[in-house]
Amino acid sequence: MLLNGVAVGCIYGLVALGFVLIYKATELVNFAQGDLLMLGAFVAYMAIAWWGWDYWLGFGLAVVVVALFGALLDRSVLRKVIGQPQFAVVMLTIGLGAMFRTFASVTWGSEIYTLTTPFDGKTVIAGATFSDQYLSIVVGTILLCGTLYAFFNYTRIGVAMQATSQNQLAAYYMGIPVKLIFSFIWAISAATAAVAGILLAPVTLIDINMGLAVALKAFAAAVLGGFGSIPGALVGGIVIGLIELFAGRFLPDGFKDAAPYVVLLLMLAVRPQGLFGSLGRKKV
Amino acid sequence: MRFLFKTSYNQDVGLFRDKVDLFWYSLLGVAALGLPLLMSTYYVTEISLVLIYAICGISLMVLVGYTGLVSLGHAAFLGIGAYAHGYFLKIGIPWIPSVAMAVVITTACGLIVGLPALRMTGIYLTIATLAFALIIQEVFNHWTAVTQGFDGLPVAMPVIFGISVSKANFYYLCLFFLVLSLWLTRNLLRSPTGRAWVAIRDSEIAAQSMGVHLAIYKSIAFAYSAGLMGLAGALYAHKISHLAPDIFNILLSINFLLLVIVGGLGSLHGTIFGAIFVVLLPPIISILRDEIPASLGAAATSTGIAAIGAIGKAIGGFLAKPGVEAGILGLILVLVILLEPLGIYGRWVKIRVFFSTFPMYKRATFKRQKSYMKSERLR
Amino acid sequence: MSLFQADNLSINFGGIKAVDGVTFDVAKGEVFTIIGPNGAGKTTIFNLVSRIYEPSGGRLVFDGNDITQVPPHKIAALGIARTFQNIELFEHATLLQNLLLARHAHKTSGFFSELLFLPSVRRKELEHREAVEKVIEFLDLQQYRDSFIVNLPYGVRKVTELARALCTNPKLLLLDEPSSGLNVEETEDMAFWIQDIKNLLGITVLMVEHDMKLVSAVSDRVLALNYGRPIATGTPSEVQSHPDVVRAYLGG
Repeated sequence: MLLNGVAVGCIYGLVALGFVLIYKATELVNFAQGDLLMLGAFVAYMAIAWWGWDYWLGFGLAVVVVALFGALLDRSVLRKVIGQPQFAVVMLTIGLGAMFRTFASVTWGSEIYTLTTPFDGKTVIAGATFSDQYLSIVVGTILLCGTLYAFFNYTRIGVAMQATSQNQLAAYYMGIPVKLIFSFIWAISAATAAVAGILLAPVTLIDINMGLAVALKAFAAAVLGGFGSIPGALVGGIVIGLIELFAGRFLPDGFKDAAPYVVLLLMLAVRPQGLFGSLGRKKV
Repeated sequence: MRFLFKTSYNQDVGLFRDKVDLFWYSLLGVAALGLPLLMSTYYVTEISLVLIYAICGISLMVLVGYTGLVSLGHAAFLGIGAYAHGYFLKIGIPWIPSVAMAVVITTACGLIVGLPALRMTGIYLTIATLAFALIIQEVFNHWTAVTQGFDGLPVAMPVIFGISVSKANFYYLCLFFLVLSLWLTRNLLRSPTGRAWVAIRDSEIAAQSMGVHLAIYKSIAFAYSAGLMGLAGALYAHKISHLAPDIFNILLSINFLLLVIVGGLGSLHGTIFGAIFVVLLPPIISILRDEIPASLGAAATSTGIAAIGAIGKAIGGFLAKPGVEAGILGLILVLVILLEPLGIYGRWVKIRVFFSTFPMYKRATFKRQKSYMKSERLR
Repeated sequence: MSLFQADNLSINFGGIKAVDGVTFDVAKGEVFTIIGPNGAGKTTIFNLVSRIYEPSGGRLVFDGNDITQVPPHKIAALGIARTFQNIELFEHATLLQNLLLARHAHKTSGFFSELLFLPSVRRKELEHREAVEKVIEFLDLQQYRDSFIVNLPYGVRKVTELARALCTNPKLLLLDEPSSGLNVEETEDMAFWIQDIKNLLGITVLMVEHDMKLVSAVSDRVLALNYGRPIATGTPSEVQSHPDVVRAYLGG
C-alpha cells in the first residue's frame, strides 16, 4: 500500500522535475507541463492501441515526439516572451495548455482510454506482494533520474546546461549556444513529462484532463522541494503522494484532494523557500 | 489633434481631465442608462453579466495590473461572496446587510490568503492562490450545511426594502455597483495607496526605501480585491440563480485573468473592454458554429463548388466538438500576449493616436524596448 | 556637528566580510564621499544605511537616534533618501507619479478617506503636488512630467532618481554612483546639482562615486575603502595621494 503512495508520488516528482528544469534554466514556469504529460500518454496510446505497435516502441515514439514538440514550443513561442514579466509567461503557458487539451480532444476524442501494458501482474518481494503497475513507475523513475543525473554531470552538453542555468551571460561568452541549450532543456523536460504520462496511464486511465490534476499536485511538490532544487522536486513529489494516500485513508471524504494543498499553503507560510531551496534577494 | 491645457493641479487630481472628457463620459452614462429601453429583457440580463464581470475585472486589475500580484484563485473569492450572500438570504437576512456581510467575509478571506503572500513573491504567490482556490472548492463540495453541496443553492431575484427587483431592473442594480466600484477604485488609484501599489509592482526595493510598508500595502490590495470580488459574487449569485460548487473552478479564474489581459493590464478601461470580450466570446463562437456551415453551404450551392460547403461543414464540426471553446480562449490568450501585451485598451490608444495625429503617425511611438534576460530570480 | 554616524559597522555574506569595522561620521551640511575599487563594499554600506541589509555588527546613528533596528520603510520618514546604482524607478508610471510616490512618507490620510477621496485627501494631494513641482523646477524636469519612465533616456532617468529622493524632503541624501552611465556634460550638470543641493537646500549628502573629477569637485571629505576596510579619510586631495589608496587602485 505504501508503494502506491510512493509510486504516485514519483509521478508528481517527475512532473515537478520538469517544472524545476525549465525554471532553473529560463526562469519560466511552465503551466502546460501537465498537458505535455497528457500528450505523451495519448501518443503512446495511439501507437500501441490503434496502430498495434509494440509497447516499448510506442513508449519510445511518444517520448521522442513530445520531446521534439517541447523543443519546437521553445523555439516558436516561448523564446519570444523571454524578458517579459513572469506573469505573461504563466498566462501564455496556461493558454498553450488549453490549446493542447483542445487539440487532444479533437484528435483523439474526449473518451477515456485504457492502455494495456506488460505490467499487469504482481511481484512478490520479501513476502510482500506488489502490483507491477506501481513497481514499474518506481523503477522507471529511478532509471530516468539516474540517466538524467549522469547526463547532467558527465556529458559535455549536460555540463553546458548546468552552466547556462547558473549564469546565462557567462555561458554565452564561453561559447555555449544558450538558445539551443534552452530548446534542449525544454525537450528534456517535455520528455520527462511524457515518460510520467505513459507510466501513469495504466493507473489513472487516459483522458484529456489527466494532466491537470497531476500538474497541480506536482506544483505542490515542486514548491515543497524548493522550486529550484531537482532532488527537492522528487522528494516533494513522494511526500505529496504519501500525504494524499494517508489523507484518503484516515481522514473524512474530501480531505484527500485538499490535503496536499493545505500542506502546500502551510509550507509557503512557514518556509517559503521549500525544504531544499534558498531565498535570495535582488541586488541593488 | 486636441491639446490639453492644464491650468490647475486640480485637473490632474480630478476624475476627468477636462470638460471634453466629462462630456464623453456623461454621454456613455446616458447610453448605459437608456440601453434597457432599446433591448429585449434577454439581452439586458446578458449585459448584466458583462457588468458583473467588469467588477470582477476591476478586482483582479487592482491586484494584477496595479500591484503586480498574480492570483489564480479569484473564482474562489467570487464563490465565497456568492455562497455567503445566498446563505444569508436563505436564513432571512435582508438584502443590503446580506451583501455587506458577504463583502466583509470575502475581504477577511482575502486578508487570510494575503498573509502568507507577504513573504512570497512572484510565482510562489500565484501557486498559493491556486492552492487556496482548490481547497475552497473542496469546502464548497463538502460543507453541505451552508452550500448544499452538489444539490446546489437556489438564489431568487433580490428584494430590497420589500420591493422585488425585476430582471430588467437588475441591470440597473449591477450598473450602480459597477460605477460605485469604478469610482472607489479610481479614488484609491489617485491617492497614496494607489501609487504605493504601482510602486510595489515596479520596484519593491525602491518602494520600501521611499517609505512604503510592503506587507501592509500588499495586504490592502489583496483584501480590497477580494472584497470587490465578494460584491461581484453576491450579484453573480442572483444572475445564475443556482449556485453549484463546480462553477467556481480554476477555469473561471483563468477566464478572469484572460479578461484583464485582453482588456489591457494597468487600465480601468481595460476591465470593461475585457468583460465585454469574455462574456461575448462564447455566444459568438456558438453563432459561428451554426452560421459558417450554413452560409458556406449556401455559397456552395450557388457557385456549384462543393469544396466550399465541405470546408464549412468541417469548420462547423470542429467548432461543435467539446472543449474547443477553451482552446480558442487559449489561442487568443497566446496571441494577445505575443502580439499586443497591452490588450484591447492598448490597441484602442494606438488607434486614437493614429487618428489624432493623422497623417503624422509614427509606428515607433509605441515600439517597445526590446529587453533580453530580465532576471526575477533574486540573487 | 555630525548628522550621521556609522560605528564599527560590519556585515558578513557567508564568511566573506563585505564590510568590516567601518567607522565614519558625516557632519551636517557636508558632502561626504565613499570611494574604493569595485567590490570594496561601498554599495553594501548604502544598503546597510537604508536598512535593506541587516548588519552583523556595529551601530548606525542618525540625528542622535540609533537607527540600527528601524525597519526599512521607516527610514524615509526619518529623513534619509537614496538613489540606486542601477536605477530603480517605477518604470510603468509617469515621472510625476514617481515623484509623488516619494511623498509617501508624508502621507496623513487613512484608507477609508482615500476610498471616498475626501476633501482632506484632495488638499493633501495638492500640497504634495506643490512640493513635487518645486523639485521639478529645481532639476529642470518640466518637459518630462507626464512621460512614462520607460520612454525616457538614461540621463533623464538618473536625474529623476535624484528628484525622487529630493521629494521625500530628506536631511541626508544617499547618492549611489550618481554619474555612472552619464556622459561628460551630464556629469558636470550632476556636479552642479549636488553643490546646489548642499548649498541651496542645505541637505547633507553621502555619496558613492567612481569619477574622481566629480568627487574632487563636490566632496568636502572622502573615505577610501578596500576589501570592506577603511584605508584613508580626509579631503579629496589628501585621500587621492594617500599611499594605501594608490596601492589599492593600482595594485602591488
